Amino acid sequence: MAKITLNLISGRTISQGVAMEGGKEKDLYRKACGIIEMDDSDFKKLGCWKNTNVRVTSPYGTVIVKAQETSQGPHPGVGFIPMGPWANLLVNPNTYSTGMPTFKGTPVEVEVAMDQPILLGVELVQKACRGEL
Amino acid sequence: MTKTVTDVVCPFCGTLCDDLEVEVTDDGKQILDVYNACAIGAEKFLHSQAKDRITRPRLQQPDGSWKEISYDEAADYTAKMLAGAKKPLMYGWSSTNCEAQSMGHEIAEMCCACVDNTAAVCHGTTLIAVQDIGLPTCTLGEVKNRADTIIFWGCNPCHAHPRHMSRYSIFPRGFFTGKGHKSRKLVVVDPRVTDTAKMADMHLQVTQGQDYELLNAFRVAFRNEWLPDVVAGIPKEKIIEAANIMKAGRFGIIFFGMGVTQSLGKNHNIDEAIAVTKDLNEYTKFSIMPMRGHYNVTGSGEVLAWQFGYPYSVDLTRGFPRYNPGDTSSIDLLTRGEIDAAFVIGSDPGAHFPISAVKQIAKVNSVCIDPHITPTSGVSKLHVPVAFVGVETGGNAYRMDNVPIDCRKVVDPPAGMLTDEEFLTMVRDRVKKLKGVA
Repeated sequence: MAKITLNLISGRTISQGVAMEGGKEKDLYRKACGIIEMDDSDFKKLGCWKNTNVRVTSPYGTVIVKAQETSQGPHPGVGFIPMGPWANLLVNPNTYSTGMPTFKGTPVEVEVAMDQPILLGVELVQKACRGEL
Repeated sequence: MTKTVTDVVCPFCGTLCDDLEVEVTDDGKQILDVYNACAIGAEKFLHSQAKDRITRPRLQQPDGSWKEISYDEAADYTAKMLAGAKKPLMYGWSSTNCEAQSMGHEIAEMCCACVDNTAAVCHGTTLIAVQDIGLPTCTLGEVKNRADTIIFWGCNPCHAHPRHMSRYSIFPRGFFTGKGHKSRKLVVVDPRVTDTAKMADMHLQVTQGQDYELLNAFRVAFRNEWLPDVVAGIPKEKIIEAANIMKAGRFGIIFFGMGVTQSLGKNHNIDEAIAVTKDLNEYTKFSIMPMRGHYNVTGSGEVLAWQFGYPYSVDLTRGFPRYNPGDTSSIDLLTRGEIDAAFVIGSDPGAHFPISAVKQIAKVNSVCIDPHITPTSGVSKLHVPVAFVGVETGGNAYRMDNVPIDCRKVVDPPAGMLTDEEFLTMVRDRVKKLKGVA
């Protein structure tokens, strides 16, 4: 299967904010944040349908999310995962002596992972902490 | 019949809207509807009424199940954990009121803890830059009444501060800005075509991570010096055009967000943005303001600064405050494995810290004070649910422009639930006894 390389950034979306206040253990939070927004041209390179589950891998970790067409594009070459545990499994924790991890600008690889499940927010962090991922 | 509580302050983002109206039942016990709030603010008020809400502290058992305990037992556990730890971390503080923060700092001082707030993953680098070169800023009231040139750099208020533009920065008709949005120029700098960028007079789609270069190019353009044809993905002509828009206004402001604070360059990006603001004051009046996220992260910085002298990442392990981001900051302390107890209040590092730092919270003894079930509560040994500040209890909070506003209590919390401040007072009294402090 094809793999593409993207530059990952994360940030707030209004649906992330609403879902967060509605409960991070709920399905709505997974639907709001367990996604990667990609450009149309990147979908063509990856060769998959929109709303397919994908595995995103960075030098710091790996996670399954749903690939969605970006609502705030075009941004070819840039992937966007709303702030939350899914993005934070991938980001660069190095603060370079500033105290601030490098949340934006992590190189990631994306590949199709149709049969793999997207975990709920709390479950994802618990499993990652227990080393079960 | 129902009644309406007016002038309610929204405890979600740093905009701290103070014009909400909340409809409650006649006995004042239940929230029915929320008016004037954004979608996120309304959800915060309505979710506080959820029937499946946790109302008592619970201790995680070795098999992952939870055992309900009393607030007294929870306070005992927390006090023993903090008093017995060598280097406890007390993190969060941004979604609670200043009174609770102050009480927490008393505990931190007695326990020689590291105290940090969510600026660590938000505007911490801004605070470093402000200490480097200062901050020419103003209040949001001045923006509303005077600003005719608005720059949103690396921030997306349409999503993150949904009412910022309608209350202060773009749409309101102020004293000198009588035509509302028609009297304002909006420039957005963002690597994505965000919903904010779609509204702009000019969008500069900067190459991600090259904000420093573009800010520097602006300083060159203001002086009419030589520029390369393209800087950070933006053609020279467009940079000069944007620079001229900035110089031509009567009062301008740069609002900036995570796009600059979290990208490589970090505090140096902000240094440069502040230098741009300083340069622009040679031509017109210009200000700059960070778009603070949590509703009281600014308050936490204020309280820490007046009590310990530093706005975040304060290390009290030697019995006096030290501050050295990169060394005393929570992400670094956690990833280096230096912490032996974690106390989290009013924030969710489980969801918003890199996973390597979260793993350390899961490894050590940990207490999470939060009304919600969160990834942090999910990996903590003790979860203490409390009343929502701004919904079920009042207290002071600071808006993003450092204006203090008193939050209002709208309804009572579920019977028997404590507020952050009440619980922290119980912990403080116990720590005093354990430490033998008079």
